Amino acid sequence: MIEFHQTSKVFESNGNKVEALKDINLTIKKGDIFGVIGFSGAGKSTLLRTVNLLEYPTSGEVIVEGRNLANLSQHEIREAKKDIGMIFQHFNLVHSKTVFHNVAMPLLLSGYNKKAVENRVYEILRFVGIEEKAENYPEQLSGGQKQRVGIARALVTNPSILLCDEPTSALDPETTKSILNLLKQVNEEYKITILIITHEMEVIKQICNRVAVMEDGQIIESGNVYDIFAHPKTDTTRKFVKSVVRDEVPISVYRLLKENSHFSRIFKIEFFGINSGQPIISKTAKVYPVEINVLFGNITELQGIPFGNLIVELIGDEYEIKRAIEFIMKQNVKVKEVFEDGSERGIDIERFVGNALHG
Amino acid sequence: MEVSAELILNALWETLYMVSVSLFFGGLIGIFLGILLVVTRKGHILENRLIYSVVNPIVNIFRSIPFIILLVAIIPFTRLIAGTSIGTTAAIVPLVLHIGPYFSRLVENSLLEVDEGIIEAAKAMGATPLQIIYRFLMPEAFSSLILSLTTATIGLVGATAMAGAIGGGGLGDVAITYGYQRFSSITILVTVIILVIIVQGVQEIGNRLERKARRM
Repeated sequence: MIEFHQTSKVFESNGNKVEALKDINLTIKKGDIFGVIGFSGAGKSTLLRTVNLLEYPTSGEVIVEGRNLANLSQHEIREAKKDIGMIFQHFNLVHSKTVFHNVAMPLLLSGYNKKAVENRVYEILRFVGIEEKAENYPEQLSGGQKQRVGIARALVTNPSILLCDEPTSALDPETTKSILNLLKQVNEEYKITILIITHEMEVIKQICNRVAVMEDGQIIESGNVYDIFAHPKTDTTRKFVKSVVRDEVPISVYRLLKENSHFSRIFKIEFFGINSGQPIISKTAKVYPVEINVLFGNITELQGIPFGNLIVELIGDEYEIKRAIEFIMKQNVKVKEVFEDGSERGIDIERFVGNALHG
Repeated sequence: MEVSAELILNALWETLYMVSVSLFFGGLIGIFLGILLVVTRKGHILENRLIYSVVNPIVNIFRSIPFIILLVAIIPFTRLIAGTSIGTTAAIVPLVLHIGPYFSRLVENSLLEVDEGIIEAAKAMGATPLQIIYRFLMPEAFSSLILSLTTATIGLVGATAMAGAIGGGGLGDVAITYGYQRFSSITILVTVIILVIIVQGVQEIGNRLERKARRM
């Protein structure tokens, strides 16, 4: 478990003060895969580094497994770090040493000799799937293999926490997937709490169960991944969600629609959980005399729960369109009207239907 | 008067003796000061403003004194260390003081080339500052350090030519006293050829060792 209590960090250089962290309060529970997402400069890297004291907080405290490391002696801090593994965006392997030697390093630092640690090193190399590369040098490996070495090195001391600093940002999408799967396996098999920093929402979507969004040194939103994706509260979060759950109609489609002279309106229907399984569209088309043209659809899965949106054009009589929308809204899905300029407006069902009936 | 082969061989031996002994001690001093210059600088693993602001200018001072001046300027110190102020062994004292600070700058550069991320990884796994130096910094900079040592060695070969000023002997001394002062062009030619061969040889060995260290 990692707890941040009013953690702040101020960097000073040439008289300029930069507040990298402002009053962070956050709890990462045991067994979490906790993602912190933000644009560069948001302070997420600094946040991660206060956990193993690569950066000391200026004020407030960071409690790791019940202890505030900043209060310990240098010797005790070094011992405590053996319980916190860390992997990096650029892997940070020692180029002049073999894969075996790199992975053995944390144990060698504790005074063991190479022979004594052989079994443990090979066991962990087998776990990350690069046992046959043990005698190779880092330069002979691909990016994904290097990160596997990094993960093996971080796990060799059997830590209870793994810190990941943009672990997949230097990797291609395919390799990213396999590394994320490996991290998930680490979490499940070794019961290791993972704190992962990233600017890719895809990473959060794939493995995290909880997420915090950072901006300007602050946590602007946090919660479980499904809630954040389904109900983003801030613009920044919405931007991140949009990066993996696309919900915009291409401009060319709007142009095409404009050319058609018939009366139509465009709506975005958002599905969460069980609603995703219902044939809302076909039902609507059967009951009401409107034509439904699907412009865009996207469905994805978050922690096993389906989640997505559909952008549809309803063509027909204005009155019937309103009745059809009223019907759709009664199915417990979120509906918004979409306009040509890409803006969206929520629908107030009372007024909307009222107008339809009386106007 | 013609120069005998024996004289040349003797001078060659003196040159090699001066180079190797001063390289050994100068190398140790250079590595020590070079590491000190890196780890005590701002933001590094043993940041120490006092040590850095003392060592840095001292290295600069030694680097800015021309060797021929240093040679005579520290004669009392040479006498203190070597027991005499003239001769081949006496020349080693100023040679060490010349090459040590020079090499320390090269070591400093080599160590600064090491990726900061590796130091960060070392810190994250709880390495002590000493462990960071000998398990991470030095191995990572090793091949670059070999090239630095090669450059320092060649610098030393050049510096020994001036050792004649305090009776140090060596090939340079032969070239000056026999070749220049007695107008023996052939002596100059022979000593220059030998020096060129030494320098080429040192560079070649250095390059090979560096390649081996990189395992390419």
